[in-house]
Amino acid sequence: MEKSLDTLCLGQKGIVTGINTHQTLCKRMAEFGLVPGTQVCCRYRTPGGSVTALEFRGTVLALRTRDMKHIKVRC
Amino acid sequence: MESSGEQKITVALAGNPNVGKSTLFNTLTGLHQHTGNWPGKTVGVAQGQLRRQNIEYTFIDLPGTYSLKGSSADEQIAGEYIRADRADCTVVVCDGSCLERSLILALQILQCCKCVVVCVNLMDEANRHGLSVNAKRLSRCLDAPVVLTAAGQRTGLETLLQAIQKTAGQEQKLRTPTASDPIEEAERIARACVSRDGQDGWNFQRKIDRLLVSRRFGVPFLFLILLGIVWLTVWGANYPSMLLERGADALYALLTNALSGLPWWLSGVLVDGIYATCARVICVMLPPMAIFFPLFTILEDIGYLPRMAFLLDPAMARCGGCGKQALTLCMGLGCNAVGVMGCRIIRSPRERLSAILTNAMVPCNGRFPALILLGGLFFPDAGTALVVALCVALGVVGAMAITAFLNKTVLRGQDSTFIMELPPFRRPRLGQILVRSLLDRSLFVALRALYVAAPAGMLLWIFTNTSALDKLAALLDPAGLLLGMNGIILLAFVFSLPANELLIPVILMAITRTSLQGTSGLGQQLLQNWFTWKMAVCTMVFTLFHWPCATTLMTVYRETHSIKNTAAAFALPTAVGVVICALLNLLL
Repeated sequence: MEKSLDTLCLGQKGIVTGINTHQTLCKRMAEFGLVPGTQVCCRYRTPGGSVTALEFRGTVLALRTRDMKHIKVRC
Repeated sequence: MESSGEQKITVALAGNPNVGKSTLFNTLTGLHQHTGNWPGKTVGVAQGQLRRQNIEYTFIDLPGTYSLKGSSADEQIAGEYIRADRADCTVVVCDGSCLERSLILALQILQCCKCVVVCVNLMDEANRHGLSVNAKRLSRCLDAPVVLTAAGQRTGLETLLQAIQKTAGQEQKLRTPTASDPIEEAERIARACVSRDGQDGWNFQRKIDRLLVSRRFGVPFLFLILLGIVWLTVWGANYPSMLLERGADALYALLTNALSGLPWWLSGVLVDGIYATCARVICVMLPPMAIFFPLFTILEDIGYLPRMAFLLDPAMARCGGCGKQALTLCMGLGCNAVGVMGCRIIRSPRERLSAILTNAMVPCNGRFPALILLGGLFFPDAGTALVVALCVALGVVGAMAITAFLNKTVLRGQDSTFIMELPPFRRPRLGQILVRSLLDRSLFVALRALYVAAPAGMLLWIFTNTSALDKLAALLDPAGLLLGMNGIILLAFVFSLPANELLIPVILMAITRTSLQGTSGLGQQLLQNWFTWKMAVCTMVFTLFHWPCATTLMTVYRETHSIKNTAAAFALPTAVGVVICALLNLLL
């Protein structure tokens, strides 16, 4: 099933299929190794839900949930 | 000294943030660059030497970066240095526990630097998590020498030096990429060279994290930790301060006796002016610092600060900032100049500027003693800690409010993003923390007392013993009264521009006309009688919100290269303080 990354529940895993956002953010995510094909796991979320921590490639990265709307994952 | 037979090698240490570059640098050079477990700890370039077997190595500790074309100030410094390929040898420091991610940068560096040694660091941590790295295979894949190290444990360093020496002499070819995408290539190489032995060692880490950043306990826990640190600082500083004061009094008596032969004005300047001011600064400054810094360093070492940024990002985002600003504010609790420099980790220039301008609103360690003393006048014991904690909270709220104001008016612009790595928890190196933060800090305080307090003490004594002080105080009196204080306090604030620590010593000397040395505890009593409730509150508020110290202002200028911004850093907190104090004066 394909859905956007921000709708992933805590603990749920998925494989990134596409990132559709402005270029700077795309580039920045690629620097961390977040590109299509990456397997990600949703780890923690702040109380309001506005920041989410993802685990991929052996590291944990915190991102704004808003910015994750444009990332599609298959789970 | 014979230098003809000596070889000189410049070695740049590059790599992702938080892979232990600074720890490696420190163990190699014996220097004491501050380290911490969070990405962005090193924002400037440090240099150190090591002499070994007729070779002089110069190590350059670059700020960590995720790519060679990073956009934040610290990443640009690193990226430019690496791309210019200026060093004789570039050591790419990788994280053994997440080799794949480190290799992305390593592959980029291999494509633009001629002499590269790949150092896979943190192998102790990787082994603990059941990971092992095949160095030979990795070396073949990367076409570069690979050394496995654990800088914290000092293992593998000799091999690293040998590899550097061997590589630096040879002219190597740049590596041509075998795949179009470094990320894919990194993934492939990591899969070939890293073996996992059964169990996943990260589970325990995840459990702690789930608690520390949990929705329910995360934020309350954060405030408990900060309150705890403030409380320990305030409560713990009491007794050592008293002891130090007693020692200073004894020395004062000795000095007065020894110098009794000198003319009164000379012994006055030396003992009542210079010595007394220095002694008071050290007495009130040293204990809080000696407690606060080790505690804060423990938090840093464990890796709690990035979690803090994570938890506070929503609040900061509402003000138009980002979670990293929360980190710089925390660093400001230690020293505002350090906090301002730390703003380099903020990528958006707009957010960085608003963070720089508001940093001085959180009280730094130099202002803690004044807050503690003033708070203690009306709320003894546990109340003092609570008042100080309230002051810190007020400072943070003020900084956030002004950030919001700036971001909604002058610095309006696009919302930026917040991306931050949450590194694994690491055990703090307690011994090292204690020794380093105590030694470095006490030295710093002592030197600062000499540089700043000594001339100020001299000037103050001269002012006090001529009519200059009265005239100046009278001049400032109307303004001071308008702000709920008086001329003397305002003058003390002006006097403490070089260093905030001077505030209370200046007030004391101005109201008593002597140094008050040799009269333990009398200062507190005198202040208690002199300060009214309103004056104390206004002074505390103005301590939070007034012009930053000269060091901080200089740092702002260095970071922004703009007189206008430096003036804004001066005027903004002052304006806030003036408005609040004037309001308080009317209301109370």
